[in-house]
Amino acid sequence: MAASAESLGAFLIGGYLGPLAILAVVLASAAIAGVAGRLVRISLLLTLPIAISVVLVSVFTRAGTHVLFSIGPFDATTEGVDFAGQTLVRLLAISTSIGLFGLTTDPRSFVLDLERRGLSSRFAFVALATLEAVPAMVERAGVIQAAQRARGLDTEGSVRARLRGVLPLVGPVILSSLTEVEERSLALEVRAFGRPGRRHLLWRVPDSGAQLAARAALLAVLLLSIGARLAGVFPSLP
Amino acid sequence: MLELRGASYRYAGYAKEVLHDVDLRLDDGEIVGLVGPNEAGKSTLCLVASGLAPASIGGTLRGTLTIDGVEAAGLATHELAERVVVGFQNPNTQRSGIAATVFEEVALGPMNLGLPVEETVERTREAIARLKLEPIVRRDPQRLSGGQSQLVGIAALLAMRPRHVILDEPTAQLDPAGTRLVGEALRALAGMGTSLLVAEHKTDLLDGLCTRVVAIDGGRIVRDGPAREILDDPALAELGVEPPARARLSRALAGLGVDAELVAATAATEAGS
Repeated sequence: MAASAESLGAFLIGGYLGPLAILAVVLASAAIAGVAGRLVRISLLLTLPIAISVVLVSVFTRAGTHVLFSIGPFDATTEGVDFAGQTLVRLLAISTSIGLFGLTTDPRSFVLDLERRGLSSRFAFVALATLEAVPAMVERAGVIQAAQRARGLDTEGSVRARLRGVLPLVGPVILSSLTEVEERSLALEVRAFGRPGRRHLLWRVPDSGAQLAARAALLAVLLLSIGARLAGVFPSLP
Repeated sequence: MLELRGASYRYAGYAKEVLHDVDLRLDDGEIVGLVGPNEAGKSTLCLVASGLAPASIGGTLRGTLTIDGVEAAGLATHELAERVVVGFQNPNTQRSGIAATVFEEVALGPMNLGLPVEETVERTREAIARLKLEPIVRRDPQRLSGGQSQLVGIAALLAMRPRHVILDEPTAQLDPAGTRLVGEALRALAGMGTSLLVAEHKTDLLDGLCTRVVAIDGGRIVRDGPAREILDDPALAELGVEPPARARLSRALAGLGVDAELVAATAATEAGS
């Protein structure tokens, strides 16, 4: 809820002040949660490739009246720099909001809480199984790699040698995963997974009154922001 | 009661049947052992007797499967799951892949049945206690040894409290202590009226656990009778099934001219005194 409100808010408010305020709130929250350092690193890593392309495209191709400098046929304009700056602060506000959500929320708890709130158990299973599939495949690849190495496959040394070592893993990892699918689905059916109707989950994610109030406040702020944007209170989007 | 009558089964996409005219009946509270060489059709028979073949995996079944008087052909898979469960030999494929702890893994079946939380917890605790899994109850199911995974898989089936249980090599990855635990749990389950079909290569487990043993070869039932009679039959070895240690010892003693029954009776008397 907070991540959605902050991400949408960064877009709705526009300009510099709104997204920067959201960024400050997110970073303060991350500091309280003890994940500020990791959040900054992850957000910068995620934002950097998009940021570079946004800056290059905006600064040099955005039409404007004030040319700051030129590189070949491309003019860097004040309007382009302003557009890039506004886009960057919004991108940072969004990436930190989503990053904070990822760093502070257990995916399993999140999906099960969604199921408690009405998400179908099948969808919840697909979401959770997808989350679990990656580490399971990495583990399987490790086992297969060890078996291949025991039979003389060289997986160390130069990048080229390592790449050569990865290729023999791809087939067995994918094929063994596929062959297990049928038995895995049968095992689930045996445990009544296909039964229609709701199931009673064993535990619930703690949700205090303060958290409920905070979510309600965020929702109210978001709705106000939408209203203000429609009424033209916020600066126009570039 | 679970009953197969004249069952012949062909996998989807295959020209030939792999089970031929099988008649098999599991009475309530009965434990039936299923033995046979590799590729004899044991796993297929488990799938057919559970109703999963053809309901889930397709293929063609001739003959009938009746579960507690109801023909399985008319039941949806979740309705089958409420009556009969089947455990497969690979414990890795038994895991749901979505449970964070062993407790949650075992509880998944009862939860799926839509049971109230209290009953789910009670069934889960009972199944865990039966297989002495308390020390690993908070562990990640993906981080267990093969034997532990197999025990968790069986506990997950027991927690559903089915009327009929079919197990395909349930102790393949278990040490002797784990095998004993499974044997005790299955015996207790039978004592509550559950019927069981246990396909196993470990005839020592079946000896003493089963009331009846069925031998299958080439998709046909070739022997069906009291456990002791079938397991003591020298012809069993010709099927590639190793007789239990008791039968081998008896035979070895008989070869030396010693009455094995007398030795066993004397040992029992001495142990008693």
